[in-house]
Amino acid sequence: MRVIRSLLSDDVPRGRLLVALLAAILVGLAVVPFVAGGARALNTAATICVFIVLVASYDLLLGYAGIVSFAHTMFYGIGAYGVGLALGAMGPTWWAVFTGLATALTVTLVLALVIGLVSLRVRALFFAMITLAVASAFSVLASQLSDFTGGEDGRNFRVPEVLQPGYRLIESEIFGRAIDGRLLTYYLVLAVSVVLFLFLLRVVNSQFGRVLQAIRENDFRAEALGYRTVVYRTLANCIAALVATLAGALMALWLRYVGPKTVLSFEVMTDILLIVVIGGMGRMYGAVIGSVLFILAQNYLQLGMGRAAAQLVDWPWLARVIHPDRWMLWMGILFIACVYYFPTGIVGKLRGTAR
Amino acid sequence: MAEALLTLAGVHTHIGQYHILQGVDLEVREGELTALLGRNGAGKTTTLRTIMGLWKASQGRLRFEGRDIAALATPEIARAGVAYVPESMAVFSDLTVRENLVLGARQGRLDSARLEWILGFLPALGKFWNHQAGNLSGGQKQMLAIARAIVEPRRLLLVDEPTKGLAPAIVQSLLAAFRELKATGTTILLVEQNVSFVKRLGDRVAVMDDGRIVHAGPMPDFAADRALQMRLLGLAMEAHT
Repeated sequence: MRVIRSLLSDDVPRGRLLVALLAAILVGLAVVPFVAGGARALNTAATICVFIVLVASYDLLLGYAGIVSFAHTMFYGIGAYGVGLALGAMGPTWWAVFTGLATALTVTLVLALVIGLVSLRVRALFFAMITLAVASAFSVLASQLSDFTGGEDGRNFRVPEVLQPGYRLIESEIFGRAIDGRLLTYYLVLAVSVVLFLFLLRVVNSQFGRVLQAIRENDFRAEALGYRTVVYRTLANCIAALVATLAGALMALWLRYVGPKTVLSFEVMTDILLIVVIGGMGRMYGAVIGSVLFILAQNYLQLGMGRAAAQLVDWPWLARVIHPDRWMLWMGILFIACVYYFPTGIVGKLRGTAR
Repeated sequence: MAEALLTLAGVHTHIGQYHILQGVDLEVREGELTALLGRNGAGKTTTLRTIMGLWKASQGRLRFEGRDIAALATPEIARAGVAYVPESMAVFSDLTVRENLVLGARQGRLDSARLEWILGFLPALGKFWNHQAGNLSGGQKQMLAIARAIVEPRRLLLVDEPTKGLAPAIVQSLLAAFRELKATGTTILLVEQNVSFVKRLGDRVAVMDDGRIVHAGPMPDFAADRALQMRLLGLAMEAHT
């Protein structure tokens, strides 16, 4: 128990229901390749892992430091493009992965530092606008430099041998599942995601995290205590950006593809914002619950609606209402219901009930 | 006579188009409690915020321990040893009592002996140690704001209207807390509207009107001069006892 508390930085999830949900998610992500063999299930699980990290890093900015940034997908994209382009240019080696990652992290650090130091001194709105402009410019650049990035089509690349689908770690199967490169890639994504999430949990529960919360609540009071708010905000911006870059690199390794639509589009940014609101702002565990619900809905709501509509041939008006083409409408309704019934997010509500 | 720890000479402060401080001259002596009195809008809070660097003086000199602090940023002034307790129960409401106090200790560690001393005269904080500060009563929030300012030894404590809106019993607790602080030789500049409160604590008094200090002197002399009190404050201290 003490080890778990220490791993969670003493920020244990309060409330039995929340603990049960989080435990179920962790176990579910750990066993999914063996209980749901299909590519769709594995792809959904890997996307959930990456989004937990991506959303948690954004929550460090928005929920803990009170900074509204629209550049988070840009840093996510830098990570994905860094690894993808390096693997494409240097061949499928771990050296290429580390070179691409190191380059991406350096570019991210420089950009986050410059954006932070230039615009975090002034109004929050100015920072939001600057990040929006820089992210849009980066997205256009990625599309325009087609010789280098593959333009709108993006680029496919090969990953190191152990991560390739054809690779077999052992010849025999375990629980009817081949221990192949795809499985290894999934567990790599899961393991790194867990480590990054625990790292973020440590950050928000440290003195640094408390200062960020104080700054979010009242920056003048925090300054009067001797804290340089610009320095803290800039550091938070850099940490969040670096973690988003690592999430992007994981996504690239999983997809073996990078393109502007998957990692740089504004759609990804709105997904992150929606997940933060659904899970609960300023609550790291909200990133876990929110990502699972959102990604599951994104991947299975349309499928489920299609099956349900097929069962309702005798009630054509009802079948039309839940026609799979209308899945976005239902997704919107689910989101509005979430915000209405859980104004502090699902985790906020569950923690509040536990008090 | 005690040395001046803080000196303001001809300090002017503009907030937007408004000229709030119009040449403040003030001396706060080491180890003493100086009460800053005045009617609403006289410039008392602006004086504290200008000392703290939250609003920049447009003219004049501010010297703390002989060092010019007018150009310093707020965090540097705080690090130089000035603590500020703003009015309106200024706690971080999302954080617990413990977390609020840890923020006051910039190394991130609470000194157990000093904490024991603080909880000795502000015992309510110990009871609500792991409670969210936002759920405390007004008096408890005020105690927490004071405790956070003194959780590390500071050279000068600026306190803005600590008794505002508090019940008499809580005011008595704060009185005891300030007496304890005074006994340790802490230098305090206290802005108050409750003149009976400061009469019992103050060594010296400064009265502000229209952005200037219009009277400065020993508290006992001021407390004994009803006519002066009536002229400067529009009331006598007895009326508040």
